[in-house]
Amino acid sequence: MDQNFKQSIIKSWRAIYKLLPILVGIILLIGLVNAIIPKTYYAKLFSKNIFLDSIIGGGLGSIMAGNPVTSYILGGEFLKQGISLVAVTAFIVAWVTVGMVQLPAESLILGKRFAIIRNLLSFVFSIIVAITTVFILGLI
Amino acid sequence: MKKSEQSYTGYYFLIAVVIFYLIVFFISPGKISESLNFTTNIFKQIIPIFILVFGLMIVINYFVTTQRISKYIGEEAGIKKWIIAVVGGMVSTGPIYMWYPILKELRNKGVKNGFIATFLYNRAIKPPLIPMIIYYFGIQFTVVLTIIMIISSIIQGLIIERGVKI
Repeated sequence: MDQNFKQSIIKSWRAIYKLLPILVGIILLIGLVNAIIPKTYYAKLFSKNIFLDSIIGGGLGSIMAGNPVTSYILGGEFLKQGISLVAVTAFIVAWVTVGMVQLPAESLILGKRFAIIRNLLSFVFSIIVAITTVFILGLI
Repeated sequence: MKKSEQSYTGYYFLIAVVIFYLIVFFISPGKISESLNFTTNIFKQIIPIFILVFGLMIVINYFVTTQRISKYIGEEAGIKKWIIAVVGGMVSTGPIYMWYPILKELRNKGVKNGFIATFLYNRAIKPPLIPMIIYYFGIQFTVVLTIIMIISSIIQGLIIERGVKI
């Protein structure tokens, strides 16, 4: 076997091995957060104010974790319950772009400063993206 | 952070999560079985992805050199770098945290933080899931949101690369 290839396998294995305890911890934490916070509870938190709703939507999306499909289903249900599109948009955008649950892992691997700044920016952007999307849709 | 500290932090984190589980177990035992079922399903889903990520890491370590990276996504590559970050983020699969070691590996090879931020942001756009968003929110919403998110990802990358010292 090519020596460089062997080295790349060893290097990759070491990286994966280091990640394992963090990975197991993150998955356990995601499971617990999903079990503790009932999905029906979120609908009660929204108001009718465009800015406040987008902040609440982005905030909820930030602390929630899991497959984006779950956020689409939840978002679709929120819309049916009369929650504003701007709040739902901020919610589904923040769901994948902000990762509060994954923050410890991101900090540990990519650096604390990078992880905090990136997640804070993503949260702000979830609000901007939501308001801009709904504004443009209003013009079409 | 020292090497020894770094290698133990992951275990401290895991122990903290287990303690959290024990606390919840005493308060509400039913939540534990619910969360363990959820966790088991995630594990089942990510094991094949984990193998794929491991394979990709080997490929990256084998083929990706500092020179190649700087050619494609270094400062000289201009707009190409952002296109790679956007498309790369979109087509990447698996949970976000599975990509952290790969991105760290890329950063060690000279990739800037702005590129990493843009890549991570674009993971929100998943082409296989587009029919699902259309189903819930309509085609107009999906198109507008996707375009705005791509633009936002590049703005975020530029802010992190040029405006924020990390």
